[in-house]
Amino acid sequence: MISQLSWKIGGQQGEGVESTDRIFSTALNRLGYYLYGYRHFSSRIKGGHTNNKIRISTKPIRAISDDLDILVAFDQESIDLNGHELHDNGVIVADAKFNPVVPEGVTARLFAVPITAIAEELGTSLMKNMVASGASWALLGLPLEVFNKAVEEEFGRKGAAVVEKNIDAVRRGAEFVLEQAGGPLDEFQLEPADGKQKLFMIGNDAMALGSLAAGCRIMSAYPITPASEVMEYLIKKLPKFGGTVVQTEDEIAAATMAIGANYAGVRTMTASAGPGLSLMMEAIGLAGMTETPLVIIDTQRGGPSTGLPTKQEQSDVNAMIYGTHGEIPKIIISPSSIEECFYDMIEAFNLSEQYQCPVIVLTDLQLSLGKQSCEMLDYDRIVINRGKLVSDVPLLETHAQFKRYEFTEDGVSPRVIPGEKGGLHHVTGVEHDEIGRPSESSINRKKMMDKRLSKLDNLQITNAIHVDASYEEPELLIVGMGSTGGTIDEARARLEQEGIKTNHITVRQIYPFPTELFKPYADRASQIVVVENNATGQLADQIKLNVGCAEKVRNMLKYDGTPFLPSEIYSRSKELV
Amino acid sequence: MATFKEFRNNVKPNWCPGCGDFSIQAAIQRAAANVGLEPEQLAVISGIGCSGRISGYVNAYGFHGIHGRALPIAQGVKLANRDLTVIASGGDGDGFAIGMGHTVHAIRRNVNITYIVMDNQIYGLTKGQTSPRSAVGFKTKSTPEGSVETTLAPLEIALAAGATFVAQSFSSDLKQLTSLIEQGINHEGFSLINVFSPCVTFNKINTYDWFKENIVNLATVEGYDPTNRVMAMTKLMETNGMITGLIYQDTSRRSYENLVPGFSQESLAHHDLTLSQDDFNGLLKEFK
Ligand SMILES: Cc1ncc(C[n+]2csc(CCOP(=O)(O)OP(=O)(O)O)c2C)c(N)n1
Ligand code: SF4
Ligand SMILES: [Mg+2]
Repeated sequence: MISQLSWKIGGQQGEGVESTDRIFSTALNRLGYYLYGYRHFSSRIKGGHTNNKIRISTKPIRAISDDLDILVAFDQESIDLNGHELHDNGVIVADAKFNPVVPEGVTARLFAVPITAIAEELGTSLMKNMVASGASWALLGLPLEVFNKAVEEEFGRKGAAVVEKNIDAVRRGAEFVLEQAGGPLDEFQLEPADGKQKLFMIGNDAMALGSLAAGCRIMSAYPITPASEVMEYLIKKLPKFGGTVVQTEDEIAAATMAIGANYAGVRTMTASAGPGLSLMMEAIGLAGMTETPLVIIDTQRGGPSTGLPTKQEQSDVNAMIYGTHGEIPKIIISPSSIEECFYDMIEAFNLSEQYQCPVIVLTDLQLSLGKQSCEMLDYDRIVINRGKLVSDVPLLETHAQFKRYEFTEDGVSPRVIPGEKGGLHHVTGVEHDEIGRPSESSINRKKMMDKRLSKLDNLQITNAIHVDASYEEPELLIVGMGSTGGTIDEARARLEQEGIKTNHITVRQIYPFPTELFKPYADRASQIVVVENNATGQLADQIKLNVGCAEKVRNMLKYDGTPFLPSEIYSRSKELV
Repeated sequence: MATFKEFRNNVKPNWCPGCGDFSIQAAIQRAAANVGLEPEQLAVISGIGCSGRISGYVNAYGFHGIHGRALPIAQGVKLANRDLTVIASGGDGDGFAIGMGHTVHAIRRNVNITYIVMDNQIYGLTKGQTSPRSAVGFKTKSTPEGSVETTLAPLEIALAAGATFVAQSFSSDLKQLTSLIEQGINHEGFSLINVFSPCVTFNKINTYDWFKENIVNLATVEGYDPTNRVMAMTKLMETNGMITGLIYQDTSRRSYENLVPGFSQESLAHHDLTLSQDDFNGLLKEFK
C-alpha cells in the first residue's frame, strides 16, 4: 500500500475538467485524505488545454509533486502535454473515441475507455467527465458510495433523474475499466486516511471566510484574476449578515470606498492583484495619512503589466513596500498556508484597527487558487480587537473638536466614528494638527510624521516568521514566503537524507521586516538561500537590507509562471553546498 | 434643534475674497439646519481643489480625501452608516475630469447621498488651468491659445446615466441653492447639484455678471416639468446647460441601499461583529 498518489485530469477548457476535479476531491476529502491541488489554466474561457492535478496523501502535504501516477485525458493533447510527468508504472485513462496514443518515451499503461460513447448512450456527452472519473476512482479501489454521495451533491439541484444518470455514468466507467484491468490496481491502493474531518478549499475562500469571521461587512472590489473568488464568496454570504459586496467601477473606487466605510466604522476590505494594487496606491497613502484602517488582499500573479494573469508569481513585494508616495506606516503580512489565509484575515483586520493603518495581505496565485486540505478551523481563535475605537465620549464645548490625532505615548490616537455627538472632527490627507485641521507648521509636521511612523515601533505580530531550525549551524538556511513552504520542506527532507543540514524560515511579516527575530538564524547559517517566484530576488533584497549578511545570501528564483517543484529546490540547493 | 450657526466652525476659509465657494458653504449650513440635522448626523466628504476645502469649513464630520475620489469615499460612508446624511463635494475638475468615472457610476448606483459640484469652469487650486467645463477658446495657463476641446455637458451625461435627481444653481442665489440642497438631501437616492461658483481670481470670463446675464431660472419657464426626462434633456440642450433650479427628479426608483438584497436597514456601523458558533459551523459545511 502507498501513502500518496498524484492524479491529473486534462482536457479543453469548458469540458468539465473543473467539475470532475471537484467531485473527485470532495470524495477523497470525505475519506479523510490530505489533498493539494494545482490548476493549470489560461485566460481563455472555452477551449485551450487545461488540467487540474491533485496530490493525495495520508499525511499533511503542502506542495505539488514532481511526478504523476494517473492521468485522465479527454484528448490527445492532454496526453502529449502531460504524459512525460507519469512515472514508469503510471496509468492513462483516456477516451477511446480519439484513439489515444502513448507518446514515445512514456512507459505508462493506457486504458482506453469509451468515455464519450458510454455518456452518449446514457443520453448526453456532457456526462463524459463522470464516466472518466468513475473509471479512475475504480482503479484506486476506493468505496464507490462515497463518490456517489459527492455526485449527488453536485447535481442534486438538477433533480433526482440527473443524479441517477450521472451515478449510472460513474458505474459504467468503473465497470469498464475494472474489466480491462482485472480489478483495482494493486500499486495504487492507498493506505486508509486518518479519518479526521478536514476542510477542502482554496486560499481565496479561506480569506473570504476569515474576513467574515473578522466582522467584515462590506467589500468593495473590481474583478481580477486571481482575486475574484474572494468577492464571489462574500457576495453569497454577506447579505445574510446585512452587508454586501459592491462591484465598483475600478480599483481606485474599491479602495477609497473601503476607506470611507472603515472611517464610518464598518470593517471593509478590498482584494485585487498587481494591476489593481497599482491603481490603489494613492488611496493606500490616504489611509496611511488619515490613519484610517484598511485591509487589502493582493493575490500576486505574473507581472508586469497584464503579464501572466493566470500564472504563479511573487513579484509584488517591492511594489507593496514602496508603492505609495511619501512615508506612511503600513503592515504587510503573507500567509503561507490555507489555515493562515483564514486566521491572517482576522489578524489583518485587528492590526488595521489597532495601528490605524493599511494592512496588505499578500498571497500568490498558487495559494489563492490551489485547492487544498485545511485543518478544521477553530472558532475560539476568532478574536476581534478594535484598538482605540471609542464611543460615548464626553460632549464638546462650542466650536471644540475631538482630538482625532491626539499625540499619545504609542502614537495611536483614540478614534470615534461619525454619528458620535462628542466626536466631531475633521479628517484630511493634507498634513494636519491634532483635530485634523490642515497645518503647514514645521513643528507640527515633524511631530505628526513621527507620531504616525512610530506607531509600528511597538508592532507585535505573533509568528512574524515561522522557524523550523533543527540545526545549530546549518549549511543552508532556506527562506521563502507564501505558497512555497511545503515545497521547500519536501526538498529539505531529500537533502537531509543525504546529510545536508538545512533550516527553514517562512517570512510571514514582510513589512516591517522582523529583523530582530530573523537575524540569529541568519548569523548561524553558512549560506542563506531565498526561494521566490520572481526575477530579481525581492525578498532576498529585504533580507540584505534589513539583516545584512549580503555575502551569504543566494537567490533561488523561478519566474516562468509555474510554482517550484520539490526536485528543483532540491537540486539547486545541492549545487550550492 | 440645531440652527445654521451650529454648523459653523471657527476656521477661516482660505478662499479668495469674493470666491463663489463661500455661499455654497453657507447654503450647506442652512440646508442642514433646515432639514433638522444635528452636526454629528452630517458627514461632508470632499475632494481636492479650492472647493475641496469645504469639508473643513462646516461643523460636522468631515473627510477631505484625494483628488477626484470624494464620491467613492462618500458612498462608503453612507453604506457603512445609512443613518448619516452624507454630502459629497468638490470642484469641476475633481468631479468631471479625474473623478468622472466615479461620477457616472455613482449616478447609476444611486446611493442616497447628495453631490454638490462647485463649478468654476477652471482649476483654481493649481492656479488656473483649463477644466472640462471651460468654454472652447478659453485661454488659460494650459491653453494659452484657447481650449480646443468641447465643453463637457455633465447634466446631460447625468440624465443619460440614469440620474434620479439633477439640479443646478448659482452661488449668488443663496435661497435657491439652499432649497435645492434640502431637496437633494430629502431625495431618496443620488442627487447631483451643479453650482456655478465663480473663481474671481483665475476666471475672468465666467464672472458673476456673466452668469447673471446668461442663466435662466427654471421657475420662470412656463410649463417646465422636472419629472419629464425628455423635457429636461431638451431644455439642457436648448440652453447649453445655462439653466438653474430642479431640472429632473425621479422619485420612483429606490436607492441602492434599499435595492441590494439583504442589505441592513440599520446602520451597519452599529452591528455586532461577532459571528455565532452556529453561523460559523454552517459556513464550514460547504468545504467538507
Ligand atoms: C492625483 C492628483 N493629480 C493632480 C493633483 C493636483 N490638483 C489639485 S486640485 C486640482 C484641480 C482643481 O480643480 P477643481 O477640481 O476644479 O477644483 P477648484 O480648485 O477649481 O475648486 C489638481 C489638478 C492632485 N492633487 N492629485
Ligand atoms: S482661486 Fe478661485 S476658486 Fe480658488 S479660492 Fe480663489 S477665487 Fe476661489
Ligand atoms: Mg474648478
